[in-house]
Amino acid sequence: MNLSSDTIAAIATAPGIGAIGIIRLSGPDAVSIANRIFKGKDLTLQPTHTLHFGHILNPEDPSELIDEVVVSLYLGTKSYTGEHTVEISGHGSPFILQNILNACIRAGARLAAPGEFTQRAFLNGKLDLAQAEAVADLIAADSKAAQQTALKQLRGGFSNDLKSLRDQLIQFAALIELELDFSDEDVEFADRTRFRALITEIKNASQQLIDSFRLGNVIKKGVSVAIIGKPNAGKSTLLNALLNEDRAIVSDIAGTTRDTIEETLNINGILFRLIDTAGIRTETTDIIEQIGVGKSLEKMREADVVIYLFDVETTTAAELRQQIDLFEQEQFKFILVANKCDISGISRAQERFTAISHPILYIAAKEKQAMDSIRQALFDTAVEGNIETENTIVTNARHHAALLNVVNSLTEVEQGMELGLSGELLSIDIRRSLQFLGEITGQVEVDRDILGTIFGKFCIGK
Amino acid sequence: MFLEQYDVIVVGGGHAGCEAAAAAANMGSKTMLITMNLLTLAQMSCNPAMGGIGKGQIVREIDALGGYSGIVSDKSMIQFRMLNKSKGPAMWSPRCQSDRMLFAATWREMLEQTPNLHFFQDSVTGLIVSRGTVEGVVTAMGQKIYAKAVVLTNGTFLNGIIHVGEKQFGGGRMGEKGATGITEQLVSLGFESDRLKTGTPPRIDGRSLDYSKMEIQEGDLDEVAGFSYMPGTLPDFKNASFIDNARVKNRISGKQRHCWITYTSPEVHDILRTGFDRSPMFQGRIQGSGPRYCPSIEDKINRFADKDRHQLFVEPEGWNTVEIYVNGFSTSLPEEVQVKAIRKVPGFENAIFFRPGYAIEYDYFPPTQLQYTLETKLIKNLFFAGQINGTTGYEEAAGQGLVAGINAHNNVHGHPSFVLKRDEAYIGVLIDDLINKGTDEPYRMFTSRAEYRTLLRQDNADMRLTERSYEMGLAARERYELLQEKKKHIARIDEILNITMVEPEEVNEFLEKIGSAPLKERQKLSKLLLRPNIALKNLLPYLLPSVQQNLEAFDPLEMEQSEIHCKYKAYMDKEVEMVGKMKAMEELIIPESFNYEKLTALSIEARQKLNKIRPRTLGQASRISGVNPSDIQILMIFMGR
Repeated sequence: MNLSSDTIAAIATAPGIGAIGIIRLSGPDAVSIANRIFKGKDLTLQPTHTLHFGHILNPEDPSELIDEVVVSLYLGTKSYTGEHTVEISGHGSPFILQNILNACIRAGARLAAPGEFTQRAFLNGKLDLAQAEAVADLIAADSKAAQQTALKQLRGGFSNDLKSLRDQLIQFAALIELELDFSDEDVEFADRTRFRALITEIKNASQQLIDSFRLGNVIKKGVSVAIIGKPNAGKSTLLNALLNEDRAIVSDIAGTTRDTIEETLNINGILFRLIDTAGIRTETTDIIEQIGVGKSLEKMREADVVIYLFDVETTTAAELRQQIDLFEQEQFKFILVANKCDISGISRAQERFTAISHPILYIAAKEKQAMDSIRQALFDTAVEGNIETENTIVTNARHHAALLNVVNSLTEVEQGMELGLSGELLSIDIRRSLQFLGEITGQVEVDRDILGTIFGKFCIGK
Repeated sequence: MFLEQYDVIVVGGGHAGCEAAAAAANMGSKTMLITMNLLTLAQMSCNPAMGGIGKGQIVREIDALGGYSGIVSDKSMIQFRMLNKSKGPAMWSPRCQSDRMLFAATWREMLEQTPNLHFFQDSVTGLIVSRGTVEGVVTAMGQKIYAKAVVLTNGTFLNGIIHVGEKQFGGGRMGEKGATGITEQLVSLGFESDRLKTGTPPRIDGRSLDYSKMEIQEGDLDEVAGFSYMPGTLPDFKNASFIDNARVKNRISGKQRHCWITYTSPEVHDILRTGFDRSPMFQGRIQGSGPRYCPSIEDKINRFADKDRHQLFVEPEGWNTVEIYVNGFSTSLPEEVQVKAIRKVPGFENAIFFRPGYAIEYDYFPPTQLQYTLETKLIKNLFFAGQINGTTGYEEAAGQGLVAGINAHNNVHGHPSFVLKRDEAYIGVLIDDLINKGTDEPYRMFTSRAEYRTLLRQDNADMRLTERSYEMGLAARERYELLQEKKKHIARIDEILNITMVEPEEVNEFLEKIGSAPLKERQKLSKLLLRPNIALKNLLPYLLPSVQQNLEAFDPLEMEQSEIHCKYKAYMDKEVEMVGKMKAMEELIIPESFNYEKLTALSIEARQKLNKIRPRTLGQASRISGVNPSDIQILMIFMGR
């Protein structure tokens, strides 16, 4: 937790919308960091409130241009945050923006915490209390969202991996501290070879996590969508109708190897991932009939959005009501789609469901009628409907940044061991790596865990 | 009987009480020390030793601040060791064996020579409290003694219960009665109290031991650094006359007394197990939790059943006594089991007991009820220090006593509070941990509790603390002047290290000998010293005679200090940077009346904890367990400027 002693960066524009996106940097090194990744004029020599055209470079491979941008400089206190601020305006694709943000972080910025720009603005006297209160609520909401994200990841291996990583680091720290604080005890101390092997192991584990987190993956992850419905509701037709038009864009954006049976869909720059499409294509799994059976429900719970597709000709309002109740009970985000509206006409179809207050999209998948309404509904649900699309990416990027720091600290530990440094010096970097890990897990207190491990494993005390 | 009003009354004459009384009196407060028994002032209730890893640093800090523990430890030591000498300087930790009786006598002597300090022997049974402020104490004899501030240092005496096997009886130490009434009154005033447990091993007649079956553990032979920064406090080990005493079977090395090491065995463990059905710990008669790092022998064999032996340190209790302390054999098993078991330990076959080991349970007040000054949040001018705050150890107690005594004086005289921060002293770490995290086992210092370990070294406590104490009116002028002199010398040595160029032909022979890469071209001496395996004192003979002469003019400790700066600067800088980052947070003051309940954006746990502890700064808030980083961000926003 620093008060403006470092420089923070984040994407400042709303997720996925618009042709232009802005990355904002704020802090004492904002200009020099931007200059490090900027090909054009020397930004450090430019006056405040000026605009500069140029390119953003990949700091690791300066021959690679990330984007053509305009950079705005706000020096001193005359900025939103009241400290040196740089805004990089690039093209609006989330992929590009994420890459620019990544470049800033590699050049020395730290990923901003939720609401941190506003917080700095407040601390620098730029906002009044009422505005500040709004920000506090925002942070609270964001941390709830982060918790939700964490919960979702709980089902994956991520949190387990982090836990075991932290455990290993604590164990390692405990072994180091053991010979510092308890050198006169009758216990066996680990030798340096064992330490070196252990640290390499931990470093590899962190590196693996980092690799599994590559940005492409993060972007690709997107918003998960499940299409469900009775047999013959037209799920595969809808799927094809949605996919066909977008195929080109999909391959353009993702650019990464595709998981087995996933289909993806890009709507206004936001990625949607259609889950269990294999089942739809073969029509072998009849999800709707298995609702209540744990596995299908689990599948829907995994999805950020559920599209419930039904045949307008054969579905009664009562049946639909029942489905809605179930979805609401499970707190799903869902979109109701009435298919085959071309047969009797849309107005007839609408009449059938006047009793349903929840909005229904009336389409004809076979004729590709009203497909835009589905796309719009998906986009709206994702952006306004409180699904943390961009935040999921940011959260993950934060994890990524934290893990990079973990590896850097561990590298210092390794180097320290080569130099034959004494344990208390190695410990500085081990604790730093634990701190970075704590930024993800929220476990910031380490000394009690270290001592607890020592007391649990070794017979200490005279 | 007592017509005058005191500035400060200190209740209890243990390590915390003695330091508190000395500090307040030395700063000019009219001070009264009340204790149940003036003959047991500064009694070492447990092992006859001061210092150790993390603790030795505290004693050095107490000394640097002008407390007495360092001087008393020096004067009464019978053996000295600098622990962890093979590690970096942040880990070096002074430890001594003490002459238990000489230690107490020296304390009494020093206190008797302290101005402004009165003594009274009686048991305090209650406090006089009026309108939320303490005004004095009431004693068992019915005396009312008035004061502007009261420091409670009751140790293990509050409702103390001693356990040996199935026997249990009230008491504060073996053979001394406990104190009642104070806990009950404090609870009625709104304080929370809880129980802790600790234990102590049997004491043995040294004449009954066969030392030939044990290993010898010697003190430092070449150099005894001691604890005090003042000169002339150490015993003249080389010419000590009081150690030619055949009775105590001294095996003298360098004229220090030494200790012995022996081990338990499976046979010993089996005998101990026969007492488990009468163990107050295993049978649940003891409710309080004991320290995990200082377990009883029964706890060790129970929890680490696969270990077939445990180390025992056989420590003499003084120069002129045959009494032996069996460090590592703390127990509350029935006394006959203790005797039977210990007689299976090599060297102890004919052991004769002075007294059995025992466990003691006592009241403490969870320290989250305190402010940084150790003044209670509930009652103005009432201070707590030592074991009643849930700590263990003479050093931890003494450090708190010192801080409480200083602040009692400061309160009474309207002076600003004295608070040590985590980057300034182990005592700062101790108090910060206590008041923000509390403790549910007796709290002991470990160096790993300090995040700025390379800054808080035993060699630089005077550099860290003496000036502040002098300016506040505690550390004496002589101490201050010695420090100024030392600083001047260190600056000169720093300069010599920085301007001296070393030629390859001067030192390559030496470098080769220690397996370090030879120099290719001339290099600054300060740069050469960065190599981890090069010590200045080993390198010195190879340098030019003029450089040698220049450096040898200084005290070896001053040279060491300068060398440490040179060698470890990069690491210290890392920690200094961390301190700097935290500093902004430490400077953000939270208004005293801040209403956390209103802040629904905070997590419920954070709201409760913050409300209870009421941190003074955002930095402090960030160290409260249960308050997470997003809570801190939210707080930051509401505090504004």
